[in-house]
Amino acid sequence: MQFMLLFSRQGKLRLQKWYVPLSDKERKKISRDLVQTILARKPKMCSFLEWRDLKIVYKRYASLYFCCAVEDQDNELITLEIIHRYVELLDKYFGSVCELDIIFNFEKAYFILDEFLLGGEAQETSKKNVLKAIEQADLLQEKTIFHLQSVLEKNVICP
Amino acid sequence: MSDVVEKTLTALPSLLSLDSQPGSAKLSSTSKLGNLIRGITELTSKHEEEKLIQRELTSIKDQVSSPNTSMRQMKELMVRAIYCEMLGYEASFSYIHAIKLAQQGSVLDKRVGYLAVSLFLNESHELLLLLVNTVLKDLQSTNLIEVCMALTVVSQMFPKDMIPAILPLVEDKLNHPKEIIRRKAVLALYKFYLIAPNQVQHIHNKFRKALCDKDPGVMTASLHIYLQLIKENSEGYKDLTASFVTILKQVVGGKLPMDFNYHSVPAPWLQIQLLRILSLLGKNDQSTSEIMYEVLDESLRRAEMNHNITYAILYECVKCIYTIQPKSELLEKAAKCIGNFVLSPKINLKYLGLKALTYVVQQDPKLALQHQMTIIECLDHPDLIIKRETLELLFRITNGQNVTVIVEKMLDFLRISKDDYTTIDLVGKVAELAEKYPFETMNTVFSLGGDMMQPDIPNSFLKLLSEGFDSDEEDRKLRLFAVDSYVSLLQSEPNKLPQRFLQVISWVLGEYSHLSAELEPATVMTLLSKLLDLKHTSSETKSWVLMAMTKLCEGGVAISVAQDIYETHSSSMDTVLRQRAQELQHLSQDSELRGRVLPRDAGLMPLEVDSSLSFLDGFVSEALAAGAAPYKPPHQRQEELAQAKALSLEPYSLSLPISMSSCSIADRQSPTLMSMSSGLSGDSTDLSHKGGSTTLKLDGVKRVWGREGYLAQREPVEETAQVEVPSPLRSPSQQAEADSTQSQTPTPTVTPELEQDKQQLASSLFVGLGSQSSVCLMGKSDPTPQRFRRKAQGRASSSGASEKTPTSLGSTPSPVDNLLCNSLLDSNLVSEPTNQTPQASQSLDTTNGNCHEELTDVKENNPSLIHNNEEPDKPKDLCLSSHLPTELSGLSHSEITPLCSNQSVNLSACHVQKEDSLQLVIFIFNSSDSALQQMQLQVDSGELKVNYCLSLITDSPVEEVRSHSVAVCHYSVTVKRPSVHVEVLGMLSYQLPGGTPQTIQFSHKLPLTTFIRPLTLSTEEYGSMWLAFSQDTKQNLTLINDDQDPLTTTLNVLKKKLQLHVVEIIGVEGIVACQLVQDQPCLMHCRVHAGTLAVWLRSPVPDLPDCLLYHCQRALQEH
Repeated sequence: MQFMLLFSRQGKLRLQKWYVPLSDKERKKISRDLVQTILARKPKMCSFLEWRDLKIVYKRYASLYFCCAVEDQDNELITLEIIHRYVELLDKYFGSVCELDIIFNFEKAYFILDEFLLGGEAQETSKKNVLKAIEQADLLQEKTIFHLQSVLEKNVICP
Repeated sequence: MSDVVEKTLTALPSLLSLDSQPGSAKLSSTSKLGNLIRGITELTSKHEEEKLIQRELTSIKDQVSSPNTSMRQMKELMVRAIYCEMLGYEASFSYIHAIKLAQQGSVLDKRVGYLAVSLFLNESHELLLLLVNTVLKDLQSTNLIEVCMALTVVSQMFPKDMIPAILPLVEDKLNHPKEIIRRKAVLALYKFYLIAPNQVQHIHNKFRKALCDKDPGVMTASLHIYLQLIKENSEGYKDLTASFVTILKQVVGGKLPMDFNYHSVPAPWLQIQLLRILSLLGKNDQSTSEIMYEVLDESLRRAEMNHNITYAILYECVKCIYTIQPKSELLEKAAKCIGNFVLSPKINLKYLGLKALTYVVQQDPKLALQHQMTIIECLDHPDLIIKRETLELLFRITNGQNVTVIVEKMLDFLRISKDDYTTIDLVGKVAELAEKYPFETMNTVFSLGGDMMQPDIPNSFLKLLSEGFDSDEEDRKLRLFAVDSYVSLLQSEPNKLPQRFLQVISWVLGEYSHLSAELEPATVMTLLSKLLDLKHTSSETKSWVLMAMTKLCEGGVAISVAQDIYETHSSSMDTVLRQRAQELQHLSQDSELRGRVLPRDAGLMPLEVDSSLSFLDGFVSEALAAGAAPYKPPHQRQEELAQAKALSLEPYSLSLPISMSSCSIADRQSPTLMSMSSGLSGDSTDLSHKGGSTTLKLDGVKRVWGREGYLAQREPVEETAQVEVPSPLRSPSQQAEADSTQSQTPTPTVTPELEQDKQQLASSLFVGLGSQSSVCLMGKSDPTPQRFRRKAQGRASSSGASEKTPTSLGSTPSPVDNLLCNSLLDSNLVSEPTNQTPQASQSLDTTNGNCHEELTDVKENNPSLIHNNEEPDKPKDLCLSSHLPTELSGLSHSEITPLCSNQSVNLSACHVQKEDSLQLVIFIFNSSDSALQQMQLQVDSGELKVNYCLSLITDSPVEEVRSHSVAVCHYSVTVKRPSVHVEVLGMLSYQLPGGTPQTIQFSHKLPLTTFIRPLTLSTEEYGSMWLAFSQDTKQNLTLINDDQDPLTTTLNVLKKKLQLHVVEIIGVEGIVACQLVQDQPCLMHCRVHAGTLAVWLRSPVPDLPDCLLYHCQRALQEH
């Protein structure tokens, strides 16, 4: 995988992870282009996109778009499932996750991603193991991060 | 849903500022990130956001550099800095602090520090060096979490040069008791391997250990390395094939812990990784491939179609099966899988299906034939991605016959595509096709692709034009055509053409406009001179234009035009242009010199290039003698300049008085050295070096050029003409009825005409893909004018008939049955000798002449009308024949004959003669509106051995056939006991939803001749076999007495009709041999005696001689 982007329906970037060395300028250009292209697509359209020499796989979960760039010979469907597994992990960790969880706790989302994908490859596909690793690290952490769910109504993500 | 989020977001600030709840108070007071996010959501304009973030960044900057900031505060600051960067604002001042945080913070702060580093920096960033020590320290830590963090950051980014420093530590981790550490270490090594492969060479055996790790996670991680290693050198890892196969077997068999299941599929990521590795190992290697056949079959079987993840596995399986050495059973299953993908209503699967088809189509072009209608639908798909993939597929199946249609489709796409990358790619492909199959579409390519295309495309086009083809006359026509079309382009609106196209145009006009008799050079000159006046014409193009004019200036008017041009451009700021103008001026004055410098038709004359410029030696020595400074290469000059530190106060010497124009004309340089020198024409200096090797290979390429350009436009016109002729069903008087029947039409989306249109498109697209077998397709490939006329007549008479006898229309087959009925009727017509379609081959006629068939009453009712209706074209036959199993679709099949039908099913059959067997194919068409369930087909025969080959029911005996779709059962049949006609009995049982089980029986007779194959042997072999055989029969047959050699004629008739092999004819005796599949020989000895043919047959098989004799008799009687 070359990179992963999360962005909202308004085109705001929520998470970005780059697995190939690119300059800041290139990163910005790529995310701008891609966000525009994907937002312009209709819901019934194919989840795959040929973009430059890459294959873009994206999926919308509620108001968030998850988008991965893979090489042409990679399997698009399994990439789609990688996205889904990541959403499952987030969901399990945050307890029915919503966009706000990711906005306010984006570093957590990164930690989970790092346990799941490493250097652009699936590292651990067992849901239990990923969460176990995160919890172990979290145990040391004080509970300073406030979870919004007590304040706000949850927006359940529908896959 | 997202509206809710938006609302919540806008409500957020007020909610949080209420401060009534303890929770929110905590958030607003402690979480500065919360404040920041809240602040941003309150803003309305981008400008305000910018201001706010800048303020925020300044405050972060102040705090991070303050010595009083604790690490814990630092962590919080980093999170905010990351957030600002994500919004697109630079926070580079914080990078160094991120590294500091990772270095000095407690375990918890460290985590954020490492995260910030991995987000801020990329592996080429110099600050990363500062991280090496921290990583080293953490790798040696006793705290597992710290080790994990270090490994995580290492496998994401690490300076290449520093790998040796940490490599031993990472290696050690491969033996760590915790699997999570081992796993991360393996991935770190994988990363090292990617960026610096030779640094990890010595630990390859440790990879093996990781592969054998007891933890599946570590093993999975090691596969990343192996995939990479095998990609680079598959030979080195063949010995691991068996291990990979065993692992895959265990995974597929569900031996892994449940944790690894994903939606109840065992470790799909692992499966896919293994399949990829296997496909690399099995490629071009029969023995390795054989090891994996079984597990592939198992994978295919286990992956039931129900979830995306199984589709992903199936897709990878299919790819693997088509990559390794082929095995027919697997290929069949894979082909079926691809079919399911392509036909799937889910758009993602359809896309993958097309992609898979594209992948396999070179090996198996017939598969594309099977799905041609779907492919055509995909061509018009609203999603451009699907369209694009379809074009990719078409690109792969392009051949001389369908190239024009495919290129047209590609150009259509180009017209709507806005994406530069796609345009470049597609233009390249079109140009590639255009070179392979040259034609006029190049013009369109140039005007659409414009300046985006690679510069070598116009170059090679010009090269093609100048080198020409095999015949001079053709070349002349081609060039003349180019000249004419370009002149008319220039006359209309040259300002819209892209620069590159203008360059091509001017070159062609300069070189070849003399070919056109009625075209005055002056006219061309004037046209070209207009280009010079255009505002957007680049100076590169201008010099091409001037060059062309130089070639053209001949005759009074032209010279005066040249004079004008010279006057305007001789003072141009551009030296190249000035030079060209000079050349133009000189050469227009001196036609003799021009003839020498720019000889006509010199395109292919090799130019001698004096690259040492020896002809200037005299000039140089003269200049040196006159006191000029010797030449110094640029780098030397620069060095000297650098050494001379003081300013040079001397005035620059005057430049040498060289007449630039005259010397460069002498070697006839091209106006744009760069592009021309890549070998495009007579101007090319490269050409002589490259010699013959650069010439394009055009053998076997169909000529699509004609005097009027290529004929692409004409073909589609014919097609539309056919489509527009109103079919009798739709004649005005019957419109209402037609409409009412329309509503019941089984194909809900497409009207018959549309369908026909598509089929016509199909026939033009998929032409030349299979062998002669796919008759209907092939037949249409080149509609000769004569054929077309005949069709038109057929149409006319049929519509006339329908007007006269409107009642007869009432008994036309109801549209519900259309699909099948048409094919039934067609087959019936074909079996009548008078109505032989040109496509049907001779042998098919004889072999199927006496098929037993039950005909639907529709056909008996009204044969004449149907004859008129359906004879001219028979696209419907396609429908069933396109369902033929993959491995048969390339072979010629007999007509599809109806077996039986009732209100819900239609059964029909055809057979395909293979060399070693006869393949019987039964089509089950569900004509009802609901699905057939629990369908079971039993086929049996006393005389035949029936082997079930492949069908939808392979996996389970219970099968479902969707409404209006076709299921295919395929049997391989060999003869157990010969008889004149062998009969196959069958029974289909099925159930409609909510109905009782039903059965329908049928019988199908196959003449013995379908099983007869020629047996090639020599006279000696014949002799020894003859003596060994026990069963024999003698009889006298009629001799065909029509010319001087009755024996030869008679035997030839037998040979043709029964597929016998004539071994030898000596005088009045002839010996003939054949065999019944498989390997049951029958020999025949013939002698002309008293006006009859005395035949003596011998075979080891009882009854065979008698049966064969019967068929010989019939064949001769029929003659």
